[in-house]
Amino acid sequence: MVKYSTILGLARIRRKTTHWIRTITFSRPGKAKRENLDSRVELSPIGENIGAKWHVDKFGYCSHIAAVTKNMNLSPLDAKHRELGGRMVGFAGWEMPVMYESIMTEHAAVRDDCGVFDISHMGQVFVSGAKAEVWLNGLLTGDVAGLGDGEAHYTFMLNEQGGVIDDLILYRLQEGSYLLVINAACIDVDVAWLEGRLEDGVEMVNVSDDWAGLAVQGQRSPEVYSAITDGRTLPSRNGVDDIQHEGNRLLICRTGYTGEDGFELFCPVGEVEGWWEKLMDEKVVPCGLGARDSLRLEMCYPLNGSDLTTERTPLEAGLGFFVALDKGDFVGGSVLRKQKEEGVKERLMAIQLQAKGAPPRPGYPVLDAEGHPLSVLTSGGLSPSLGEGIGLAYLPVDRVKVGSSVYIEVRGRKIAAKVVKKPFYRK
Amino acid sequence: MTAPADLHYTRDHEWVRLEGDIATVGITDHAQEELSDVVFVELPDMGDVEKGKACAVVESVKAASDIYAPIAGEIVEINTDLVTDPSKVNSDPYNGGWIFKMKVTDTDQVNELMDAGSYSGMVS
Repeated sequence: MVKYSTILGLARIRRKTTHWIRTITFSRPGKAKRENLDSRVELSPIGENIGAKWHVDKFGYCSHIAAVTKNMNLSPLDAKHRELGGRMVGFAGWEMPVMYESIMTEHAAVRDDCGVFDISHMGQVFVSGAKAEVWLNGLLTGDVAGLGDGEAHYTFMLNEQGGVIDDLILYRLQEGSYLLVINAACIDVDVAWLEGRLEDGVEMVNVSDDWAGLAVQGQRSPEVYSAITDGRTLPSRNGVDDIQHEGNRLLICRTGYTGEDGFELFCPVGEVEGWWEKLMDEKVVPCGLGARDSLRLEMCYPLNGSDLTTERTPLEAGLGFFVALDKGDFVGGSVLRKQKEEGVKERLMAIQLQAKGAPPRPGYPVLDAEGHPLSVLTSGGLSPSLGEGIGLAYLPVDRVKVGSSVYIEVRGRKIAAKVVKKPFYRK
Repeated sequence: MTAPADLHYTRDHEWVRLEGDIATVGITDHAQEELSDVVFVELPDMGDVEKGKACAVVESVKAASDIYAPIAGEIVEINTDLVTDPSKVNSDPYNGGWIFKMKVTDTDQVNELMDAGSYSGMVS
């Protein structure tokens, strides 16, 4: 069986005019029937697939695929990633590095020292105007009125049913001036959703194409920031500084997705290479999406599209802390109030394997203590910090709680696991 | 990327070392580089195996990859060191990182595999 993740792992890409030729070499070429692969290519989030050329041998087995894709987004740091040996993969329509040399060492660099992630794929939307606060308060789950100048919080954009469209960070730059940092895969959806609800007294500018971002994460981040800015100090936790640097706007946010201290830097696209070089001079370790995923999973930070979907509410995801049910009305609010009253039937829970073994992966079945199916993992992987398999799954609250024994099914074998308290990793 | 001259190679990035009627099997230096960070190896069951049959799994942090029997034979030994230290597949792919050994009746089967030169050409 050819696995999707393997397809990503061994993909080779070369550029050809406006199209991309993606030759996918399987670790097991020659052993997969073509009909089993068609669906896999569709799964691959690699821009718009406009055709695939199959190399089928005389026995009907497929060895390579050249899938032609177009409309790929490239980070302004694309050349830097390739220079550093970054393994580029498709992610939300972008070519981004999944790792440079090793997910394990990149993960450890962030936990023990300092690493940097290119987050230029993420979206940035500025919202301003006299009514911006009231407008945002009616659209997002957090209490926007509770934010002071230079403060930020994690929040959700919900549909009318209370399902998660996107999870994002809202920064209040000053009175009547906000920044929303949104997920790459959601930029078009979020912007259309916001535009459809625009009111007089609110202006919105989507600068996602013109702005780039870097996430510097790890305990050495404050020193690194000082070194690259001639002695500046970081804003306080969850704070944001809106400053000018050499005539250009620079946003420094003390936020992140790893559980470590650090900051996210947003700047116009043309500036980002300079910042990247300064970080390299400070020996900050370049890190890819692989380590970003393992770091966030250890903290139980959800991944939108996997752990969060339009079918699940923040209460089911165990993230009620970021929903201000007692503020005025907001989109999805009435559904959430009702759900809070009645209680959720399923909740996103943290599952840890009880023995060293095969890493759990998204989609693996979760079974109860008697071996009956309960759910499937929405996220899963080996925790580099703990050396054990960890995962997340929506589980029925009347049957499972913290401490419950469950099994994860790995290739037909039942592996003992336990529901544990979040997060998996603590300093 | 190294590919020792005395080994035989498959398109699946496995190597075979034939000594008498015993064939030792592992994954190549190129394959371990591509996978990076091998964290788990599911070793095969002992016994007869057909050529091309999936019999083991190598998992990196990010991906799981099947290992197929490069030739037909009987699996007679597995590298249990990999249970405690799967990273040997990365650090020593052609020696300490071997995965299983097969007893082979028809040793001519290895002539259907690639030599080091052809394999290096394929992956370069």
